Amino acid sequence: MKKFWAWGALIFGLLYFILPLIGMTNFSLKMRRGVYSLDAYAVVLGDPRFQQTFTYSILMALATIVFGVLLVVPTAYWVRLKLPGLRPYIEFVTLLPLVIPAIVIVFGYIRLYNTSSWLPLTGSITGTNILLMFGYATLALPYMYRSVDTGLRSIDIATLTEAAQSLGAGWTTILAKIILPNVLVAVLSGAFLTFAIVIGEFTMAALLNRPAFGPYMQLLGANRAYEPAALAVMSFALTWGCLGLIQLVSRFQKGAQSAT
Amino acid sequence: MSSDSSAAPPPARAPFRLPLHWLGAVPFAIFVLLFLIMPTMRIVVGAFQTPEGSFTLENIRGLFTTSILSAYWISIKISIASALLGCLIGFSVASAAVLGGLPKWIRGPLLTFSGVASNFAGVPLAFAFLATLGPVGLITVFLKSQLGIDLRALGFNILSFWGLTITYLFFQIPLMILIITPALDGLKREWREAAQILGATNAQYWRLVAFPILLPSFLGTLALLFANAFGAVATAIALTGSSLSIVPILLFAQIRGDVLGNPHLGYALAFGMIVVTGIANTIYIWLRARSERWLK
Amino acid sequence: MSFLTLTSLQKSFGPVQVVKDFNMSIEKGEFISFLGPSGCGKTTVLRMIAGFETPSGGAITIDGKSQQNLRPNQRNIGMVFQAYALFPNMNVAENVAFGLKVAGRPKAEIDARVKEMLGLIKLDHLADRYPYQMSGGQQQRVALARALAPKPQVLLLDEPLSALDAKIRVSLREEIRQIQQQLGITTVFVTHDQEEALSISDRIVVMNAGKADQIGKPADIYNRPATRFVAGFVGTLNLIEAKVVDPAANRISIGDQGVTLREPLGNAKAGDTVSLALRPEAGSIAPDAKGDTALTGEVVSSNFLGSVIRTRMKVGESIISFDMFNSPGLVPPTVGETVTLRFTAGDLLVIRD
Repeated sequence: MKKFWAWGALIFGLLYFILPLIGMTNFSLKMRRGVYSLDAYAVVLGDPRFQQTFTYSILMALATIVFGVLLVVPTAYWVRLKLPGLRPYIEFVTLLPLVIPAIVIVFGYIRLYNTSSWLPLTGSITGTNILLMFGYATLALPYMYRSVDTGLRSIDIATLTEAAQSLGAGWTTILAKIILPNVLVAVLSGAFLTFAIVIGEFTMAALLNRPAFGPYMQLLGANRAYEPAALAVMSFALTWGCLGLIQLVSRFQKGAQSAT
Repeated sequence: MSSDSSAAPPPARAPFRLPLHWLGAVPFAIFVLLFLIMPTMRIVVGAFQTPEGSFTLENIRGLFTTSILSAYWISIKISIASALLGCLIGFSVASAAVLGGLPKWIRGPLLTFSGVASNFAGVPLAFAFLATLGPVGLITVFLKSQLGIDLRALGFNILSFWGLTITYLFFQIPLMILIITPALDGLKREWREAAQILGATNAQYWRLVAFPILLPSFLGTLALLFANAFGAVATAIALTGSSLSIVPILLFAQIRGDVLGNPHLGYALAFGMIVVTGIANTIYIWLRARSERWLK
Repeated sequence: MSFLTLTSLQKSFGPVQVVKDFNMSIEKGEFISFLGPSGCGKTTVLRMIAGFETPSGGAITIDGKSQQNLRPNQRNIGMVFQAYALFPNMNVAENVAFGLKVAGRPKAEIDARVKEMLGLIKLDHLADRYPYQMSGGQQQRVALARALAPKPQVLLLDEPLSALDAKIRVSLREEIRQIQQQLGITTVFVTHDQEEALSISDRIVVMNAGKADQIGKPADIYNRPATRFVAGFVGTLNLIEAKVVDPAANRISIGDQGVTLREPLGNAKAGDTVSLALRPEAGSIAPDAKGDTALTGEVVSSNFLGSVIRTRMKVGESIISFDMFNSPGLVPPTVGETVTLRFTAGDLLVIRD
């Protein structure tokens, strides 16, 4: 009886998730009337705007990851080592992007950094790109910080730092050669999640008028029938890929730990 | 375990040195200030300013018009419905996997899949549901051609309250599964056994012990899911264009082209969003702290 | 008929037989300890009495009534768990009231009983506290009160002290014993700590690999271990290998020193090896020590343990430990010194496996 109920709940849940995936896959293959074909994918992949926006979003994602790591790893390390009293406040701040909707944040950017302000970032393309990257870093902050902080908790950073200092290492060396390798898996997890968030992000890119993948998908969705489904399948595969990689690296770390 | 550890002697005072430790947190503080706090403050302040910069409550008062209020109301309804259903269904699935006597191997894939699905939001999610429940979607067509059920004739439309709710559930349910599974794991076997040996039936155990213990996480997650749905822009826009008047879509249009005819009313609209999600998340943080205190 | 009987109790988890043919009769009001190392099956026996595990074979009766088809919530048994297992969402009073509440007792009766129970464990003043606000020792006392509140026929204690600090462990075990005697409740106590078992039990069951090796009063278990396992697990007995010299005259030799035993050697033949047990406090090396038997050996080590000084000496192939009470004037033996240990031959026990 209990098992019957449990299987029922599980199967309902599975259907809920599988049916839309089947629906979109099915739809994406039906561009040619009457037969299944990969035409929709061919059209999408052949579209120069797809190539441009996809490349743009990948570059933005990589830039966001690099910036995020450079910002979060030293901060999380330093706060754990020297400013433990600040931790609750920092943790609260890093959770704020979950509370304040992205659309509100980007609205603030537009008003704060317009052409007539003290920091006219939106006045130039490069400036807007940088602003968007900062915006993405803000969106990814909760995930990145949490991931790295959890990673740091599992190693004894105070002892590692003192050991490195006693051997004559400077701060840069300590961070790059001691701390970073030890929290690499946590950093990678955060990085893949950041990648998954940035690659399809719509709101910020659309409102800052940047040619990113998210607005492109939306535009295509408003004007075409089959191509959006193909895009959805590819995005889902991409998200799967990122999350799969997180699983893979964390499993790799578990293996490495049990081997030592 | 021991309570004595907190009474450890304070560390010996270091020789006097200029306190420069805080410098290490400066880059982070500057970033957060410039790209999170100040933009938000700009909105909050702007909501109480006239275009000339003097204080006013006119913008807030401007929110209380029929169209804006109904936008908030629809937004809140969708958020509550998708959060509530997401919680209930997610809880059922998670408890089926953790407590329902299903094979152990199901857990791992379920959690991984939930991780993926909860991140599969935004524009592509809307496409997936259009391809499934849209006018020519998989299920719509199947029901019509095979079973003779016409969803459209029954009043269902993917570009509606229920359409959006069902779509949001795709990321709400997995999020609930991800958050509630550890809480279910936190139910100790000894609690169930202690209740049993004291004479409690299974129903009494659930009513008096397990459910009250889970309630804070449950309500807390409800608040989080609410905020999650309330702030979702991309899925709504990609799904409905601008045919459904919910707050994020309204704000999006306002930022793009000042559809309300008063730039500062946009500030007020955004401020309202912060207030709503802020309240939801305060509830979340408060309840979560309570449940963690119990379960430590 | 005994109050609680366990007859040919067996339990297998898959191919592993955890409990093999366990028999035990417990009288009403008795305090019984199951003592053994982890994995010996003692907790499994306890969980079968509680009804959390179904026996693979054998029978359990309480007060003449078979427990076979009763679920845990129908058995009227009280249980205290190692990890307290207090309900975190209820305060102390609500925890203690739980068993009565689910039984549907009237509120006035519940209130009175809770008050009585909190008085018993001397925590009246903490009735409104929640578990997370209390120390481990306090939580475990509440758990005890909660288990006793519905007036169970049997009280089961599953290593209730092992999560606590050493000092609280001693005081709480005395409190448990005192409450048990006051209420006269039949109690089964599972532990891996021999000192705990020796100090509070009426009888002890020493368990090894799913079977009861020996059942007896604490003093018997300690002074007269029946098997090599009991001898090794309970106390710090010396196990000495000896050679039979003349079985008819009970003559044996340890190293090359001859000893005459009080106990008969049974059907051992000359040249056989036998194991002997000797308690470390049985002998003395003082010059005026009494005893009909003496062993001489070289001191290997000498450790100051506070109230006693434990010295180990080598006799033939065996190492023998002995304790001396500490006193300010005592000069402990030094390593390498040759000493003579005197004791009565009756203290040397023959261990038969």
